[in-house]
Amino acid sequence: MFFSRLLRPMFRLVPDGTRIHFMRGRYMGLIVSAVLSTASIVLFFHPGLQFGIDFSGGIVMQVKTPGPADFSRIRAALAAEKLPQQGVQRFGAADQVLIRLGVQPTAQATDAAVTKVRAALAKAVPGAKILRTNAIGAAVSAQLLRNGILALVISLAMILVYIWFRFEWEFAVGAVITLVLDITKTVGFLVLTRFDFDLVMVAAILTVLGYSTNDKVVVYDRVRENLRKYKTMPLRDLIDLSINETLNRTLGTSMTVFLASLPLALFGGESISGFAWVMLFGIVVGTSSSIFIAAPILLFLGEHRLRRDSAPVAPAATRSKPAVR
Amino acid sequence: MMYFSRLKTTLILGACLLGAILCIPNLTAAPVPWLPWRTVHLGLDLQGGSYLLMQVDMKAVVKERLNGLVDGVRQALRHASQASGAAPVFYRALVADPTQDRVVLRLRDPAQTQRTLGLLRPLVSVDPTTRVADLDITSQPDGTITLTLSKVALHDRAVAAVQQSIEIVRRRIDATGVVDPQITRQGDTHIVVQLPGIGDPDRIKQLLGETAHMTFQLVDEQATPGAQLPPGVELLPMQDDPQQKIPVYDRVDVDGGDLTNATAGTDSQSGQWVVNFTFNSVGARRFADVTRTHVGRRFAIVLDGKVLSAPVIREPILGGSGQISGSFTAASASDLALLLRAGALPAPLTVVEQNSIGPELGADSIRAGAIALGAGFLFVIAFMGMFYGLFGWFANLALVVNLVLMLAIMSLLQATLTLPGMAGILLTLGMAVDANILINERIREEQKNGRPPLAALEHGFQRAYRTIFDSNATTFLAHVMLFIFGSGPVRGFAVTITIGIATSLFTAWMLTRLLVSRWYIAVRPRLLPV
Repeated sequence: MFFSRLLRPMFRLVPDGTRIHFMRGRYMGLIVSAVLSTASIVLFFHPGLQFGIDFSGGIVMQVKTPGPADFSRIRAALAAEKLPQQGVQRFGAADQVLIRLGVQPTAQATDAAVTKVRAALAKAVPGAKILRTNAIGAAVSAQLLRNGILALVISLAMILVYIWFRFEWEFAVGAVITLVLDITKTVGFLVLTRFDFDLVMVAAILTVLGYSTNDKVVVYDRVRENLRKYKTMPLRDLIDLSINETLNRTLGTSMTVFLASLPLALFGGESISGFAWVMLFGIVVGTSSSIFIAAPILLFLGEHRLRRDSAPVAPAATRSKPAVR
Repeated sequence: MMYFSRLKTTLILGACLLGAILCIPNLTAAPVPWLPWRTVHLGLDLQGGSYLLMQVDMKAVVKERLNGLVDGVRQALRHASQASGAAPVFYRALVADPTQDRVVLRLRDPAQTQRTLGLLRPLVSVDPTTRVADLDITSQPDGTITLTLSKVALHDRAVAAVQQSIEIVRRRIDATGVVDPQITRQGDTHIVVQLPGIGDPDRIKQLLGETAHMTFQLVDEQATPGAQLPPGVELLPMQDDPQQKIPVYDRVDVDGGDLTNATAGTDSQSGQWVVNFTFNSVGARRFADVTRTHVGRRFAIVLDGKVLSAPVIREPILGGSGQISGSFTAASASDLALLLRAGALPAPLTVVEQNSIGPELGADSIRAGAIALGAGFLFVIAFMGMFYGLFGWFANLALVVNLVLMLAIMSLLQATLTLPGMAGILLTLGMAVDANILINERIREEQKNGRPPLAALEHGFQRAYRTIFDSNATTFLAHVMLFIFGSGPVRGFAVTITIGIATSLFTAWMLTRLLVSRWYIAVRPRLLPV
């Protein structure tokens, strides 16, 4: 009995036949998004991202002390070595210390500083174990940052070209504008949460980007299909219909990815939880932007091109024929 | 759409089985002979270890080439003057100019310019395939002759230097007994060294920090301290006491490159630590020649510009072996022996990036990551089962197979699994689920629109396919870019996602469809339970 119950669906996220008029809220959606993105850009400049060592250069060492860490002692020991320390802080548990040093002028100086910290620690806190050392020179970190940004920009360009190629330019432009807005919000989130912005975060942003694109393509794909199916329906209604028809899928997929990322954010450990939090944020942003940003942009851009509102029938439909494969 | 030929069914199930078999090496320790024994590597962040990014000092490479060129010019002009009996070529200010990659000399008599150019011509070598000369010789009316290294030649030299450095680095690291080190080049001037299991790479860094270029040069015993040194002699510091300097001839009589072996040992008389060395035939002959003609003089053993020791040659050494003494400890003697055996680096290496993770932290990461991944996986499975019932369980089965196939492909590629890579796996699972959700939603919709079950399945799969293809293609492209431009852990992440997209297309499109089709044939339901 129980088994057979397992074989049938137990619930729906939204009832079939739901018809929410999302496009009525299009101005609201765009305004909220614009405000959030503007705020994020302001945050980006002030106070700005906390660059992780990948991009800022410098030295990070994670140390495990035998008992609860004595921070003042460690600070004093490092100060005695005349090391330009930027921070000695607790990292998770009470016996875990994170030591940060600023970027050194040369690679040799960086290397020498690592050795000095090791020696100073061994003297000040006998039995301390260095769990992790990460030292990056300025030249390398600048290149890493350049590559990270390059990867981001090129990914966006590829997405633009691909959607343009498979759909129409209105879809491509709508998707890329939305994605840029998504990214700015994610950056704002990073500033607010003070997560270190490093290569792993670039990967996280790119994943959010990929996921968000995925979501938009699914909605757009339905719009494309409906454009062919309902030749006379006004674009506004058509977009609403398409969003509603794909709503269960949109929410279902978001839900699974969200559920998959949640444990990672909560118990994944210090190094991976930042990534997972960005993912969680990105899922929410990416899902809502498909509905409230990407769709309205498509409506504005395509209102007179993809479909003449209420202007009927054959000639218009054939002239502005949507992508037919 | 819902029909599968016997061949196709076999192929699909065969692929899944093959995937499962290829995963075996990751689970057991002992190799099975009939299996390609390839496994997924754990990244340094998971198993602990060190990552060193080292830069080859290209300035040193150029400088050395220019110094060699200066020697070449000097010899060419001297030989020519002696051999032909013609008027000697006099010049002054023969200097290397590293800022412009060139050597400049000035002839006393500008009239000899043409003849000198002819004498220097043999120094130019032309690449047989590209026909590009490595050296460009120009002259001016006032008798100034400039030899400029070509860009191509410099680049080739840089590439060769990096290649050679990799080889030497490998030999040095292998000698320390680190298991499974990976040494690769990155870009034109960098070398990446990965040392699994080494949480504290200080010793390795020390070993790689020395070029270990050893030479044997005669000591100039006429030089008086404080007075000006004759040309071709320079003061070199002693290794133990840098304040004390010894005048040594520039000329290298025997080069450490001619060593065949070096071992640490103790001197039978003094009981001190020494390094014993053996030359190859060329080195042995030269060593014999020099020691025969210079008995009673001091012979300096120079390592990286510092004099290790400068013993007096008591008798000709003809056997091709000798001993270096100095104030060695057991450790420093065996390190020097190791460096000499491995050979000299063509240029100094500097560590520009270091990332080391203790094994303890790696184990913690694995545990936390595995627990979180497992929990995420269970959440997804439970959600799908509840959301779609039977079709959700089909999707779950496809999901497990997807995981197996990913692991199989990663094993075949011997890909590296990093912490971000683990997150990537989880996200791919999300995407694989997405494909199934798209399919199931579509089937449900088609059935709602009044199609009979078989037609609903047909249309559902067909229509969903296009959406799945488009949405995955965009993600795929984005991650290929990430792979090309990313580095380190990010690349591992991109690899996992790219593989995951491919396998999830296969499982959603082939496997789920096969399962549904078999089920339909067996049950012939009047209504699909989606």
